[in-house]
Amino acid sequence: MVSRANQNRIVTGAHYGLMDWLAQRVTAAVMAVYMVLLAAVLIVAAPQDYAAWKAIFTQPVFRIATLLFLLSLYWHAWIGMRDIFMDYIHPVAIRLTLQIGVILSLVVYTIWSVQILWG
Amino acid sequence: MQKKRPKYLNLIKIKLPLPGVVSIGHRVSGVLLFFPGIPLLLYGLHLMLGTPQSFDLLKAVFSNAFVKLVLLGGIWLLMHHFCAGLRYLALDLHWGIALKQARASSYAVLAGGAVLTGIIGVLIW
Repeated sequence: MVSRANQNRIVTGAHYGLMDWLAQRVTAAVMAVYMVLLAAVLIVAAPQDYAAWKAIFTQPVFRIATLLFLLSLYWHAWIGMRDIFMDYIHPVAIRLTLQIGVILSLVVYTIWSVQILWG
Repeated sequence: MQKKRPKYLNLIKIKLPLPGVVSIGHRVSGVLLFFPGIPLLLYGLHLMLGTPQSFDLLKAVFSNAFVKLVLLGGIWLLMHHFCAGLRYLALDLHWGIALKQARASSYAVLAGGAVLTGIIGVLIW
Protein backbone atom coordinates (compact mmCIF):
# COMPACT_ATOMS: atom_id res chain seq x y z
CA MET A 1 0.00 0.00 0.00
CA VAL A 2 1.31 3.45 -0.91
CA SER A 3 1.25 5.81 2.05
CA ARG A 4 0.07 9.40 1.62
CA ALA A 5 3.58 10.72 2.16
CA ASN A 6 4.96 8.58 -0.65
CA GLN A 7 2.27 9.25 -3.22
CA ASN A 8 4.10 12.01 -5.04
CA ARG A 9 7.56 10.74 -4.42
CA ILE A 10 9.61 10.28 -7.57
CA VAL A 11 11.70 7.20 -7.14
CA THR A 12 15.06 7.58 -8.77
CA GLY A 13 17.66 4.98 -9.59
CA ALA A 14 18.55 2.62 -12.37
CA HIS A 15 15.49 0.40 -11.75
CA TYR A 16 17.33 -2.81 -12.56
CA GLY A 17 17.29 -4.06 -8.98
CA LEU A 18 13.81 -5.57 -8.96
CA MET A 19 14.29 -7.03 -12.44
CA ASP A 20 17.53 -8.74 -11.38
CA TRP A 21 15.99 -9.94 -8.13
CA LEU A 22 13.08 -11.45 -10.05
CA ALA A 23 15.30 -12.89 -12.79
CA GLN A 24 17.48 -14.62 -10.21
CA ARG A 25 14.44 -16.35 -8.75
CA VAL A 26 12.71 -17.18 -12.03
CA THR A 27 15.92 -18.68 -13.47
CA ALA A 28 16.35 -20.65 -10.23
CA ALA A 29 12.84 -22.07 -10.59
CA VAL A 30 13.47 -23.02 -14.25
CA MET A 31 16.69 -24.82 -13.28
CA ALA A 32 15.04 -26.57 -10.35
CA VAL A 33 12.23 -27.93 -12.55
CA TYR A 34 14.71 -29.08 -15.21
CA MET A 35 16.96 -30.81 -12.69
CA VAL A 36 14.08 -32.64 -11.00
CA LEU A 37 12.74 -33.82 -14.39
CA LEU A 38 16.24 -34.85 -15.50
CA ALA A 39 16.76 -36.76 -12.26
CA ALA A 40 13.42 -38.53 -12.81
CA VAL A 41 14.44 -39.52 -16.36
CA LEU A 42 17.81 -40.78 -15.14
CA ILE A 43 16.24 -42.82 -12.34
CA VAL A 44 13.54 -44.37 -14.55
CA ALA A 45 15.67 -45.06 -17.63
CA ALA A 46 19.32 -44.06 -17.46
CA PRO A 47 20.92 -44.18 -20.94
CA GLN A 48 23.85 -46.60 -20.90
CA ASP A 49 25.79 -45.91 -24.09
CA TYR A 50 26.67 -43.11 -26.50
CA ALA A 51 23.80 -43.87 -28.90
CA ALA A 52 21.21 -43.74 -26.09
CA TRP A 53 22.51 -40.41 -24.69
CA LYS A 54 22.69 -38.94 -28.18
CA ALA A 55 19.12 -40.11 -28.87
CA ILE A 56 17.83 -38.24 -25.81
CA PHE A 57 19.79 -35.09 -26.52
CA THR A 58 18.69 -34.87 -30.16
CA GLN A 59 14.99 -34.77 -29.24
CA PRO A 60 13.85 -31.22 -29.99
CA VAL A 61 11.99 -30.84 -26.68
CA PHE A 62 14.99 -32.00 -24.67
CA ARG A 63 17.40 -29.82 -26.67
CA ILE A 64 15.32 -26.71 -26.08
CA ALA A 65 14.75 -27.56 -22.41
CA THR A 66 18.49 -28.04 -21.93
CA LEU A 67 19.29 -24.78 -23.69
CA LEU A 68 16.69 -23.04 -21.52
CA PHE A 69 18.33 -24.58 -18.45
CA LEU A 70 21.81 -23.46 -19.53
CA LEU A 71 20.69 -19.92 -20.43
CA SER A 72 18.94 -19.69 -17.04
CA LEU A 73 22.15 -20.90 -15.43
CA TYR A 74 24.21 -18.20 -17.16
CA TRP A 75 21.80 -15.41 -16.28
CA HIS A 76 21.56 -16.67 -12.69
CA ALA A 77 25.36 -16.92 -12.46
CA TRP A 78 25.80 -13.37 -13.73
CA ILE A 79 23.50 -11.88 -11.09
CA GLY A 80 25.07 -13.97 -8.32
CA MET A 81 28.67 -13.23 -9.31
CA ARG A 82 27.90 -9.53 -9.73
CA ASP A 83 26.31 -9.39 -6.26
CA ILE A 84 29.35 -11.07 -4.74
CA PHE A 85 31.76 -8.70 -6.52
CA MET A 86 29.71 -5.71 -5.35
CA ASP A 87 29.90 -6.96 -1.77
CA TYR A 88 33.55 -7.94 -1.53
CA ILE A 89 35.57 -6.29 -4.33
CA HIS A 90 35.62 -2.56 -3.70
CA PRO A 91 38.33 -1.15 -6.03
CA VAL A 92 36.33 -0.18 -9.12
CA ALA A 93 38.99 -1.19 -11.66
CA ILE A 94 39.31 -4.72 -10.29
CA ARG A 95 35.56 -5.16 -9.89
CA LEU A 96 34.88 -3.97 -13.44
CA THR A 97 37.58 -6.26 -14.84
CA LEU A 98 36.10 -9.23 -13.00
CA GLN A 99 32.58 -8.38 -14.15
CA ILE A 100 33.70 -8.06 -17.76
CA GLY A 101 35.49 -11.40 -17.39
CA VAL A 102 32.28 -13.04 -16.15
CA ILE A 103 30.18 -11.52 -18.95
CA LEU A 104 32.62 -12.55 -21.67
CA SER A 105 32.95 -16.09 -20.31
CA LEU A 106 29.16 -16.43 -20.17
CA VAL A 107 28.87 -15.28 -23.79
CA VAL A 108 31.47 -17.89 -24.79
CA TYR A 109 29.62 -20.55 -22.75
CA THR A 110 26.37 -19.65 -24.55
CA ILE A 111 27.97 -20.13 -27.98
CA TRP A 112 29.61 -23.36 -26.81
CA SER A 113 26.28 -24.64 -25.42
CA VAL A 114 24.55 -24.17 -28.78
CA GLN A 115 27.46 -25.91 -30.53
CA ILE A 116 27.28 -28.87 -28.14
CA LEU A 117 23.50 -29.24 -28.33
CA TRP A 118 23.16 -28.78 -32.09
CA GLY A 119 26.59 -30.08 -33.14
CA MET B 1 30.41 11.23 19.61
CA GLN B 2 32.93 8.47 19.22
CA LYS B 3 32.66 5.55 21.51
CA LYS B 4 35.48 3.15 21.88
CA ARG B 5 33.91 -0.19 21.26
CA PRO B 6 35.77 -3.42 21.18
CA LYS B 7 36.02 -4.66 17.62
CA TYR B 8 36.02 -8.38 17.46
CA LEU B 9 36.39 -9.40 13.87
CA ASN B 10 38.55 -12.47 14.28
CA LEU B 11 36.92 -14.66 11.66
CA ILE B 12 38.26 -17.80 13.31
CA LYS B 13 36.65 -16.93 16.62
CA ILE B 14 33.34 -15.53 15.39
CA LYS B 15 30.75 -18.25 15.57
CA LEU B 16 28.23 -17.88 12.76
CA PRO B 17 24.63 -18.76 13.59
CA LEU B 18 23.24 -21.67 11.57
CA PRO B 19 21.44 -19.49 8.97
CA GLY B 20 24.76 -17.69 8.54
CA VAL B 21 26.52 -20.96 7.77
CA VAL B 22 23.86 -21.78 5.17
CA SER B 23 24.19 -18.28 3.70
CA ILE B 24 27.97 -18.26 3.29
CA GLY B 25 27.76 -21.85 2.04
CA HIS B 26 25.29 -20.67 -0.61
CA ARG B 27 27.75 -17.99 -1.75
CA VAL B 28 30.88 -20.15 -1.70
CA SER B 29 29.10 -23.01 -3.51
CA GLY B 30 27.72 -20.51 -6.04
CA VAL B 31 31.19 -19.19 -6.87
CA LEU B 32 32.64 -22.71 -7.20
CA LEU B 33 29.72 -23.84 -9.35
CA PHE B 34 30.43 -20.84 -11.61
CA PHE B 35 34.12 -21.70 -11.74
CA PRO B 36 35.27 -24.38 -12.28
CA GLY B 37 31.71 -25.82 -12.30
CA ILE B 38 30.27 -24.42 -15.53
CA PRO B 39 33.30 -25.01 -17.79
CA LEU B 40 33.69 -28.56 -16.45
CA LEU B 41 29.98 -29.25 -17.01
CA LEU B 42 30.20 -28.00 -20.60
CA TYR B 43 33.40 -29.92 -21.29
CA GLY B 44 31.72 -33.05 -19.92
CA LEU B 45 28.66 -32.50 -22.14
CA HIS B 46 30.99 -31.86 -25.08
CA LEU B 47 32.74 -35.21 -24.53
CA MET B 48 29.50 -37.05 -23.82
CA LEU B 49 27.72 -35.91 -26.99
CA GLY B 50 30.75 -35.46 -29.28
CA THR B 51 31.80 -38.79 -30.76
CA PRO B 52 31.65 -42.41 -29.53
CA GLN B 53 35.41 -42.09 -28.87
CA SER B 54 35.04 -38.98 -26.69
CA PHE B 55 32.15 -40.68 -24.87
CA ASP B 56 34.40 -43.66 -24.07
CA LEU B 57 37.11 -41.27 -22.90
CA LEU B 58 34.64 -39.57 -20.53
CA LYS B 59 33.50 -42.96 -19.25
CA ALA B 60 37.10 -44.02 -18.65
CA VAL B 61 37.84 -40.78 -16.76
CA PHE B 62 34.81 -41.28 -14.51
CA SER B 63 35.69 -44.89 -13.72
CA ASN B 64 38.54 -43.48 -11.62
CA ALA B 65 37.58 -43.42 -7.93
CA PHE B 66 39.33 -40.09 -7.28
CA VAL B 67 37.46 -38.43 -10.16
CA LYS B 68 34.20 -39.83 -8.77
CA LEU B 69 35.05 -38.34 -5.39
CA VAL B 70 35.71 -34.92 -6.95
CA LEU B 71 32.42 -35.22 -8.88
CA LEU B 72 30.65 -36.02 -5.62
CA GLY B 73 32.20 -32.91 -4.07
CA GLY B 74 30.74 -30.88 -6.94
CA ILE B 75 27.38 -32.58 -6.47
CA TRP B 76 27.45 -31.67 -2.78
CA LEU B 77 28.03 -28.00 -3.72
CA LEU B 78 25.11 -28.20 -6.15
CA MET B 79 22.80 -29.95 -3.66
CA HIS B 80 23.59 -27.44 -0.92
CA HIS B 81 23.08 -24.53 -3.31
CA PHE B 82 19.80 -26.12 -4.50
CA CYS B 83 18.40 -26.71 -0.99
CA ALA B 84 19.53 -23.32 0.29
CA GLY B 85 17.99 -21.70 -2.80
CA LEU B 86 14.64 -23.37 -2.12
CA ARG B 87 14.85 -22.04 1.45
CA TYR B 88 15.44 -18.49 0.17
CA LEU B 89 12.47 -18.78 -2.19
CA ALA B 90 10.36 -19.80 0.82
CA LEU B 91 11.72 -16.88 2.87
CA ASP B 92 10.83 -14.54 -0.04
CA LEU B 93 7.25 -15.75 0.36
CA HIS B 94 7.54 -15.03 4.11
CA TRP B 95 7.44 -18.71 4.95
CA GLY B 96 9.41 -19.61 8.03
CA ILE B 97 10.91 -16.23 8.84
CA ALA B 98 10.50 -16.59 12.60
CA LEU B 99 13.78 -17.40 14.35
CA LYS B 100 12.81 -20.91 15.35
CA GLN B 101 11.66 -21.95 11.88
CA ALA B 102 14.61 -20.21 10.24
CA ARG B 103 17.01 -22.21 12.37
CA ALA B 104 15.13 -25.45 11.73
CA SER B 105 15.09 -24.86 7.96
CA SER B 106 18.82 -24.02 8.02
CA TYR B 107 19.48 -27.33 9.68
CA ALA B 108 17.21 -29.04 7.13
CA VAL B 109 19.17 -27.43 4.27
CA LEU B 110 22.52 -28.60 5.63
CA ALA B 111 21.17 -32.10 6.27
CA GLY B 112 19.26 -32.22 2.96
CA GLY B 113 22.35 -31.29 0.94
CA ALA B 114 24.40 -33.99 2.64
CA VAL B 115 21.70 -36.68 2.39
CA LEU B 116 21.02 -36.01 -1.32
CA THR B 117 24.77 -36.12 -1.99
CA GLY B 118 24.96 -39.44 -0.15
CA ILE B 119 22.07 -40.90 -2.20
CA ILE B 120 23.63 -39.76 -5.49
CA GLY B 121 26.98 -41.12 -4.33
CA VAL B 122 25.46 -44.55 -3.74
CA LEU B 123 23.76 -44.41 -7.18
CA ILE B 124 26.91 -43.49 -9.12
CA TRP B 125 29.19 -45.95 -7.33
